[in-house]
Amino acid sequence: MNFEEHAAKTLVLAPAGIPMPRGILVTDAKGAADAAAQIGPCVVKAQVPVGKRGKAGGIKLANTPAEAEQVASQILGMTIGDYTVERLLIEEQGKIVREFYVAVLFDTAARQSLILFSTEGGMDIEEVADKNPEAIRRLLVDINTVPRARDIQAMLKGLDLGDAVPQIAQIIDQMYAAFRSCDAELLEINPLALLADGRVVALDCKFVLDDAAVYRQPDLAPGGAANAMTDLEARGAAAGLKLIQLDGNVGVLANGAGLTMTTMDVISHYGGKPANFLEIGGEAYTQSEIALDLVLSNPGVKSLVINFCGAFARTDVMAEGVVKAWHKLKPTVPVFFSIHGTGEVEAVALVRRELGIEPYDFMEDAIQAAVKAAQ
Amino acid sequence: MIVRKKDRVVVLGITGKQGTFWTEKMIAYGTNVVGGINPKRAGEMHVGVPIFATTAEAVAAVGTDVAVMFIPPPMAREAAVSACEAGVKTLVVLTEHIPAQDVMAIHAAAAKSGTRIVGPNTAGLVTPGETFVGIMPAFVPSVFKPGRVGVISRSGSLGTLVCLNLTRAGIGQSAFIGIGGDPMLGTTTRDALEALDQDDGTDSIVIVGEIGGAMEEAAAEYAKTMSKPMVAFIAGAAAPRDKKMGHAGAIVTGNAGSYAGKRKALEAAGVVVVDTPSQLAPAVTAGLGAGHSGAQAASR
Repeated sequence: MNFEEHAAKTLVLAPAGIPMPRGILVTDAKGAADAAAQIGPCVVKAQVPVGKRGKAGGIKLANTPAEAEQVASQILGMTIGDYTVERLLIEEQGKIVREFYVAVLFDTAARQSLILFSTEGGMDIEEVADKNPEAIRRLLVDINTVPRARDIQAMLKGLDLGDAVPQIAQIIDQMYAAFRSCDAELLEINPLALLADGRVVALDCKFVLDDAAVYRQPDLAPGGAANAMTDLEARGAAAGLKLIQLDGNVGVLANGAGLTMTTMDVISHYGGKPANFLEIGGEAYTQSEIALDLVLSNPGVKSLVINFCGAFARTDVMAEGVVKAWHKLKPTVPVFFSIHGTGEVEAVALVRRELGIEPYDFMEDAIQAAVKAAQ
Repeated sequence: MIVRKKDRVVVLGITGKQGTFWTEKMIAYGTNVVGGINPKRAGEMHVGVPIFATTAEAVAAVGTDVAVMFIPPPMAREAAVSACEAGVKTLVVLTEHIPAQDVMAIHAAAAKSGTRIVGPNTAGLVTPGETFVGIMPAFVPSVFKPGRVGVISRSGSLGTLVCLNLTRAGIGQSAFIGIGGDPMLGTTTRDALEALDQDDGTDSIVIVGEIGGAMEEAAAEYAKTMSKPMVAFIAGAAAPRDKKMGHAGAIVTGNAGSYAGKRKALEAAGVVVVDTPSQLAPAVTAGLGAGHSGAQAASR
């Protein structure tokens, strides 16, 4: 789950005690002027949960309330990524001396948390990794410990940080604690700025909450950004299903992410274009009834592949859901089945008896037929 | 991580709906299930096996080589850590959606106790004709049959499809190793590859990979040292681009994870990468026939 900058700052950085510029969240140009009147020279920042807001023109300086109002009216309503700008953060300007990068995330190979620090702040970290990998310092942290002061000192050594070292070290400490307590997948401050008055403050913040931990973060989860979704995707999300609508015309209903991706790959391999990604793997395999409704509601669908390969997901249970939905929806597009694995005997018999359709013996044959039917 | 008939298996969460269903399937297949865990029903019997309050008690009473978890995400960490502390040698974590920080705690406990974690989010392990642990359709004869090809898969459903295709082509399997779909796994593709490479019952290997992470790239590094023939299919060539906004993870793995990158790494290591799952069986047959496996396999 992604968070906008203001939400990350108020929900994660502020409670951790990490310093940041004074800021006010507004939703219209008049509000921006009022905020600027309180704050003085300010930065007007579009609040959308995507990167590169500055490059997209979503971050601008304003020195007076009148300027803030004018800039705000330009930025509000802009489209950045898949999002329309509806909120602005009006933040005090600071005189920046240096910019750093700091983040806490997972090192999946080491199975530990990883702290990253770089003096090349304000830049895309992937770019820094490409051009100047030595500029990135790393520190792995065991889940049952916290970063030791001497390890943080060693990580920052030789970077010519001068008097800023104690402040940066403290912020890294606080970030790690927040990363743990907030079940973060990523907590990133870029840039972390050294100001002319000697303070070190978080100018931006990116926080991604581990989706699997949403259930135990009731104070954070409501502050998460809504994903940009089509109506159909929103219906899927409401049913607890991850649906991605695509621009093809062959609908896909399969179980498990691996098999679903493979079905899409094989559709493409035979010259077709998949109309959706829809996962009903894991416990969600019992949801095939609503899943069929969703896939058929996609106006682009000209044919449909139903590809079940049951391991944990029982194909007999999935086929029952499909049959139930089928009798209600009475699909008009041709549907091609491939059913194998756990419960296949019952599932194939059910589809044959209730729908009068013979499932294909080979997945590729079902998919080729569906691709042909969609053309 | 290749399970054997003699392995004593304990089921955590045996009394739940899925625990019951799959334990019955395992027992019917011949898996040596010696006990189950449920603190509230210790002392009872369930599907013919004794229930213990804790994994430690099961280890003491009946011995345990492999523990398998049918435990929901909020309780998974505690159950897994206790199993590690009880000295279980192999712990198969079927649970999907365990919070990542809990997964790290499980791996830390396993590192301390020397436990091999398979998963999380794995469909389990199958040794066709002998035993299985997890939620794979080992008992469906059209899917699995005993043989000499090892299969490694991140996905249960796709792994099932691949074994089905092999079996239909008359190619049996020595072992199916489901490594799991989570990003932080206890057993990687490379770990599974090493086990199959060292297994006398395995002549060639099929890798079923997916986009994301760097495991196929790491496996390719090891594949360069191997003489057994290998074939791979990587799912996700046509997948939509990841919509996640956090890209910092990519720098940890050096921008690995793309379909093209994985395919290139595997092919550079001499692995045959096929476009669709139906091409796997012919490629396996060709590899075995070509004697690519060299002196090592021939000398056995």
